[in-house]
Amino acid sequence: MSMENPIAVMTTALRFADNAMVLGQRVSHWVSRSPTIELDIGFANQGLDLIGQANLFYELAASLEGKGRSADDLAFLRGPEDYYNLQLVEQPNGDFAQTVMRQLFYALYAELVFEQMINGSQADLAAIAAKGQKEMAYHVRHAGEWVVRLGDGTDESHQRCQKALDFMWPYSHEFFAYDEVDDEMVRQGVLPDKETLKSQWSESLGEIIERAGLTIPDSNWQPGGGRQGVHSEHLSYLLAEMQVLPRNHPGAEW
Amino acid sequence: MSDQQDWPLFEVFIRSKQGVSHVHAGSLHAADAQMALDNARDVYTRRNEGASIWVVPSAAVTASSPQEKGAFFDPSESKIYRHPTFYDVPDDVECL
Repeated sequence: MSMENPIAVMTTALRFADNAMVLGQRVSHWVSRSPTIELDIGFANQGLDLIGQANLFYELAASLEGKGRSADDLAFLRGPEDYYNLQLVEQPNGDFAQTVMRQLFYALYAELVFEQMINGSQADLAAIAAKGQKEMAYHVRHAGEWVVRLGDGTDESHQRCQKALDFMWPYSHEFFAYDEVDDEMVRQGVLPDKETLKSQWSESLGEIIERAGLTIPDSNWQPGGGRQGVHSEHLSYLLAEMQVLPRNHPGAEW
Repeated sequence: MSDQQDWPLFEVFIRSKQGVSHVHAGSLHAADAQMALDNARDVYTRRNEGASIWVVPSAAVTASSPQEKGAFFDPSESKIYRHPTFYDVPDDVECL
């Protein structure tokens, strides 16, 4: 582990842990509620991919922090103001179209970030990214196929899929709203620079949206601040449910 | 679930490693072959079983008939000389 700016590395690990944890929690809510048994298992797989990534990033963040907090402490004993995930991933599941659109947005972003992280100067982050990159590539495929099918499907599926795109679109701007931590990570080769990231993400998304026959909305609303702990109210409810057991029964095991 | 009744059935074949055959793993519903591949990956290769997947529309499978079982299979019962049991197989030959 390089000694330059360990706080930036720790913060980056924590942000990607929180992204994966919150989205994994969201996706897991489809288990037993999916339209088909195959999708039920598919969402369980994707949720487990994400929670597995979260666990690795939390362990790294906990060891870099060096204050005796465990991965579980970081996941279960921080409130929403100390969670640093993007606002996109905390958005509600909504209907099936909204869920796959959110998954496509995040998976495209995470795949591009992990591709860079693999070659960055931080070996611990690179090892996690190498595992995560393949997982996110599959999420892109799975969600992308569904966006195309829904967008290019029936009148109702098209309309719902366009609504999902309109709903999720404003949250995509936060991918590229870098702060000083991100800038430091760009200097270390850990994160892609935001212009490259934006053009690659937009191009990949654009191809899928075009195949789906959907239209990128004309909207200037750019919510943000997730990286600094600013969140919609949705995150509070998600964390309340996720954290109730360890908060009420500290150290509980089975 | 009701939509799924309109989806055709696919048979799934998984090859677990290089050099062995695809083996029938089960069947699933999907709107088309690409979705069947994704579903097969999600349902049948979760425990690292797979190196390759084939999906085939179940309607494309022609099956032998139970009524013809006798004519099809009984005649081979008495031909033990067709089994390769009369010579020694070296220990390090796998996948025979």
